Amino acid sequence: MSTLTMPPADRGVLERRVQIARDLQAIVPGEGVITDEVRLKVYESDGLTAYRQVPMLAVLPSTTAEVSAVLKYCHENGIKVVPRGAGTSLSGGALPLEDGVLLGLAKFNRILDIDLDNRCAVVEPGVTNLAITEAVEGDGFYYAPDPSSQIACTIGGNVAENSGGVHCLKYGLTTNNILGLEMVLITGEVIRIGGRHLDADGYDLLGLMTGSEGLLGVITEVTVRILQKPEIARALLIGFETSEQAGRCVADIIGRGIIAAGMEMMDKLAIHAADDFAQADYPRDVEALLIVELDGSLPEVEHLVEQVTKIATKNEARTLRVSRSEKERLLFWAGRKAAFPAIGRISPDYYCMDGTIPRHRLPEVLAQIRKLSKKYGLRVANVFHAGDGNLHPLILYDANTKDELERAEAFGADILKLCVAVGGVLTGEHGVGVEKRDLMSTMFNDHDLKHQQRVKCAFDPKGLLNPGKVFPVLHRCAELGRMHVHKGSLAFPDIPRF
Amino acid sequence: MDSGLRPQDERHVAEAVAWAASGNNSLTILGRGTKRSVGRPVDSEYSLDLSALDGITLYEPEELVLGAHAGTAMKTITEALEKNRQQLAFEPADLSALLGARPRGAGSIGGILAANLSGPRRIRAGAARDFFLGVRAVSGRGELFKSGGRVVKNVTGYDMCKGLAGSWGTLAVLTHVTIKVMPAPETSVSLIVGGLDDEAAVALMCEVIRTVHEVSAAAHVQQPLTGRSKVAQVSALEAAATVFRLEGVGPSVRHGTKKLEARLRKAGALETLASRASLKLWREIRDVHFLARPGDRLVWKLSVPPACGAAVVGEISSALADTQALFDWAGGLVWLSVPRDPSAHAGVIRKAVAATGGHATLFRAPANMRSALEVFPPLAPGADLLARRLKSGFDPNNILNFGRMYAGM
Repeated sequence: MSTLTMPPADRGVLERRVQIARDLQAIVPGEGVITDEVRLKVYESDGLTAYRQVPMLAVLPSTTAEVSAVLKYCHENGIKVVPRGAGTSLSGGALPLEDGVLLGLAKFNRILDIDLDNRCAVVEPGVTNLAITEAVEGDGFYYAPDPSSQIACTIGGNVAENSGGVHCLKYGLTTNNILGLEMVLITGEVIRIGGRHLDADGYDLLGLMTGSEGLLGVITEVTVRILQKPEIARALLIGFETSEQAGRCVADIIGRGIIAAGMEMMDKLAIHAADDFAQADYPRDVEALLIVELDGSLPEVEHLVEQVTKIATKNEARTLRVSRSEKERLLFWAGRKAAFPAIGRISPDYYCMDGTIPRHRLPEVLAQIRKLSKKYGLRVANVFHAGDGNLHPLILYDANTKDELERAEAFGADILKLCVAVGGVLTGEHGVGVEKRDLMSTMFNDHDLKHQQRVKCAFDPKGLLNPGKVFPVLHRCAELGRMHVHKGSLAFPDIPRF
Repeated sequence: MDSGLRPQDERHVAEAVAWAASGNNSLTILGRGTKRSVGRPVDSEYSLDLSALDGITLYEPEELVLGAHAGTAMKTITEALEKNRQQLAFEPADLSALLGARPRGAGSIGGILAANLSGPRRIRAGAARDFFLGVRAVSGRGELFKSGGRVVKNVTGYDMCKGLAGSWGTLAVLTHVTIKVMPAPETSVSLIVGGLDDEAAVALMCEVIRTVHEVSAAAHVQQPLTGRSKVAQVSALEAAATVFRLEGVGPSVRHGTKKLEARLRKAGALETLASRASLKLWREIRDVHFLARPGDRLVWKLSVPPACGAAVVGEISSALADTQALFDWAGGLVWLSVPRDPSAHAGVIRKAVAATGGHATLFRAPANMRSALEVFPPLAPGADLLARRLKSGFDPNNILNFGRMYAGM
């Protein structure tokens, strides 16, 4: 395991462990509190398995009142709390703390209401992303954000991480697809934000909560927007000799005013791995493969397929196939959707990165990544949400080989710094968590981070919710609240007045 | 107010705010001042006018991204986008006629985002806040900070753009913004059903937006308001107008129109508006043209679950004579004009809205009423506590638009 500094454990809390468990059992009776080592082990890591920590204990409440009482108790007793949905985070957002209570929301698994007239559904946070779509698809609707983990990940976790998927350019991320929340503050106070109407009132707490990685509050109910399913979707599978041509094709499609439902790019290593794994019948002698999905009404899709075909041909596409059936469309996607496990088959371990870059910088970023790959002596496969610039380089390594994990991490950090240097960001959809925490200062200066932490202080002044995540340095709220002013006159007396 | 500051760049803004904070001089923050009459009146010694922070700094049509200084006029931005057949998909309103501000098109991009104002396409494309990718701003501490970036997919840190959207200049002064832009639709057509009452209209709008994919907006204009339209086919109706807009590529719009016509014919007499007239009508709806005059009536903005729109207005109208309503967002946004009254009829209106979980803002009223009443929806205790803590974290000395949203903060 690589080095990671977490907030120092509170010995006083650890010594009171037995009493704390007893107190929490009074709040969440029956099987709700887990204390034995073996069962706690289940929670020791999330999707980022390089880091592990068994929590002090785990609590699995099933009502908002229980969540409220648990948080109030922890707040009054100075106990840290780490919320957890399905634990599929790829950035260590749900990594437990030695002296912390792991608050699992898995029991909140009911769909409370489907309201087709207002095009929304009210669900508990432990409902999986896919289950929402399954609940409404009979009526011709679906829930748009579709992270690759959608069969397992929960909507509460999606809100906490502001999860994306392959359809973000057209349909947005989680933040663009939710209308309301019920949440519990660390003090136990239950707050409702938004609802079934389209614009929430007051400050946009919904926007601040979405993507806050469990540091601001615990979500107990979500109202999501559901969309009509398009009449039809078709996919084009387009192969290119160079990633430059593929990138140019993407830019031309958008430049023509076409917003595809999804545009995915893979490089050769990813193409081969995915094809071997899923038998997706991908062309194997191309350097870049593009999947372009178009959806809408039949005449619209037919028209757009024609346009995209022309653009691809102009950009010297080597191969081009249009799905002729729903089965074939899904086959085109099967390879891409299995890209991560496919890489897992050709390498003992892989490390998935998640930077976003301005799209037109792709060729130079890929060239740099190739150079870094040589420097670190590690192979890398690139999977790219080409429509929105979100790049997932998968670094192949073997944790059993000396220093390979460390090299993979250093390689990964270099890639993310490169993303920031070309005008992009550290994470497009996986979150900061513990993984990118210490890189935050490559993107943000002290003022930027302090202002973010002031948001944290408004919600959780004692810093008990999910500490050690997102922020490289945790300032005390009292210190952040102080105002440093220099009395006197304007230093720029030249500011015009009127 | 005795004087104003007109900073030339963001360094000036930071300096001016730091100076104001050090002497507890409160500031009224102005983009270009067109929405100044919205909210509670700000009692400040100085105004901070951002109109010199002007100009587009980044526009890459193929990347769907535009960056501009916060004081840049909307007209500048709209013109640049039109040249590339692009647009702001959230369809920002120009409320200058409604609010009696002059001239039209003068509002700033910073003002639009700070107010989170979205137009008819909201139901399809999202709100202003959904297109707000990156920000540079100066908090009430006089410190410049940034958040977000120029890419759509970004979860690095809290989404402060959202936190600042709709904060009406009470948390920080926006100095530079980066937004997502979208292609303008190739074709746009509107279909109008005449003569429906509110209830039938809202039911029809809710049904249509869940079945016909190409509909990008749905609105209902009560009679006699339709008489105020400058679109002949609407003013000649002499009846209420329920309007649907279809947008997209040619074949798609033709397909949608056929489908929609079949459904709408069952509902009543049908009119079709081609591009130009359609554009004009939706501008009238977007800008709340129908309620602009007479200027002495009070105007409320109601946000409710779309299917509840007619019932809410029905309840208010049964308690209150002489109301006029414009329904947008398939019933989810109601602009309601009511006769002048010292209470602004807030009790009746907020009670009807509260039953749906929605909220109501007193959008147009004389200053004395705006200072005496709660203009923005009163916050529930928990949300109120968070709002006050956010305000004191970002603006501890209460110098930015003090009291504009809520009394005492």
